Amino acid sequence: MVETANVIAGQTYNYKVIRQFSIMAIIWGVIGMAVGVYIAAELTWPWLNNIFDVPYFTFGRLRPLHTNTVIFAFGGSALIGTSYYVVQRTCHVRLISDKLASFTFWGWQTVIVLAAITLPLGLTTTKEYAELEWPIDILITFVWVAYAIVFFGTIVKRKVSHIYVANWFYGAFIITIAMLHIFNNMAVPVSWWKSYSAYAGVQDAMVQWWYGHNAVGFFLTAGFLGMMYYFVPKQAQRPVYSYRLSIVHFWALIFTYIWAGPHHLHYTALPDWTQSLGMVMSLILLAPSWGGMINGIMTLSGAWEKLRSDPILRFMIVSVSFYGMSTFEGPMMAIKTVNALSHYTDWTIGHVHSGALGWVAMISMGSLYYLIPRLFGRTLYSLKLVEIHFWTATIGVVLYITAMWVSGIMQGLMWRAVNADGTLTYSFVESVQAMHPYYLTRWLGGVFFLAGMLIMAYNIFKTVTSSEVTKVNDAVVAPALAH
Amino acid sequence: MEIVAIFQSVWTIVVMVIFLTIVVWAYSRKRKPEFDEAARLPLDDDDSIETTVKEKHHV
Repeated sequence: MVETANVIAGQTYNYKVIRQFSIMAIIWGVIGMAVGVYIAAELTWPWLNNIFDVPYFTFGRLRPLHTNTVIFAFGGSALIGTSYYVVQRTCHVRLISDKLASFTFWGWQTVIVLAAITLPLGLTTTKEYAELEWPIDILITFVWVAYAIVFFGTIVKRKVSHIYVANWFYGAFIITIAMLHIFNNMAVPVSWWKSYSAYAGVQDAMVQWWYGHNAVGFFLTAGFLGMMYYFVPKQAQRPVYSYRLSIVHFWALIFTYIWAGPHHLHYTALPDWTQSLGMVMSLILLAPSWGGMINGIMTLSGAWEKLRSDPILRFMIVSVSFYGMSTFEGPMMAIKTVNALSHYTDWTIGHVHSGALGWVAMISMGSLYYLIPRLFGRTLYSLKLVEIHFWTATIGVVLYITAMWVSGIMQGLMWRAVNADGTLTYSFVESVQAMHPYYLTRWLGGVFFLAGMLIMAYNIFKTVTSSEVTKVNDAVVAPALAH
Repeated sequence: MEIVAIFQSVWTIVVMVIFLTIVVWAYSRKRKPEFDEAARLPLDDDDSIETTVKEKHHV
């Protein structure tokens, strides 16, 4: 091999921490999705809420556990793990500190375990996606600073002058989440497990949704775009469609995302101009989002036949398609008149899951299928099972989002329907009754998606425990010279 | 408050100009070869597990 001569004597990449994060991503994925299926069942069959006759397993307690586990445990572990892989391999240097990297792993897992204990106990700030109480928030801050030091320190040490675009996206994710986490969680503690937000009234709401929407924009988008820009080209064995577009994509996303938060507060006490600003910035966001989607999908241009034979690549490309779908749907729902119908209905839940299951989970699954055999020096146990997982997951997402579209639009229409004399046509409970078949369908979609995740867990378990071992390719290689 | 309003307007223009400069910079013909090379960064790095068996003896 050409690179052989360039192996830097004795140096290896830190694969250990990436292995840990990748395996935990799958375990947390199974747990988080299982909780999701359970709470979907609670909505379908409400008596399930009281089955144990304790408050810990009711919908209200378990719902934040579901969101925290899938976003921060599953998504977070996948993001941190892949970012360590990408930053090492594109900078041609080992992580700056093994100890700090190890701290980010154990620290992050501790945060998740604490979340899994405190949330069912009802200890919550009540801020959506920021429910964890202040001691855990402080731990998150330490872990995140350590993560930033490891990531950016490795970039500083790099052996290649150019910083590959995937690292830019991962870097933006790290910096922005640090800023959002600190400002949104500013609080006055009154005891170990109770605190009050530093902000009051509508300011509190605005800070919360500035955080909330940018958690979507930078945790659930920018970070996973970093994944897209590395793993799609690797799996397709083609360079990204347009590197220039990726640069414009990056900056356009950075400049616009931060302003979109107010669309969560349409028709509230938030000043009208702020709502309109949020709506306009959300509409503008369509351009960078679709630029990025086109860039990801067109990477396959001229090699579309690979989609037929490669289920891992199919995971990635379908995920990018879902990214395109949900980033079209999002700006549309941010339009005030559309929002008047969609807000507080299941349509929002459907929208979130089209992004979370279709985009975030599927790009992570594709990337982990690529990554784990390389990390453990073993070939993937079964490509056939990846294929089955792909179809199971796709059916699950489609069932989920279509059920929620129908349910959401129906709810919105029922709530706003008035009789000729001005009275409401439907009582609230009539809309709840009407939702039942769609809740059943949504639960079924979740079951499919979870089944796919279990197939993945089995496949990965068989892969990493296989006795057929190849040597792990973790030698640090000097970068290829410019031709 | 007047000064804050003026600052906000100026800042909006400044940020917009910065963004447009980035677009022009990214799409300038001169930069094309450099970016084509950057796009190959992940691909020029061989992370496959099969090749390591062959490489082992050369280290």
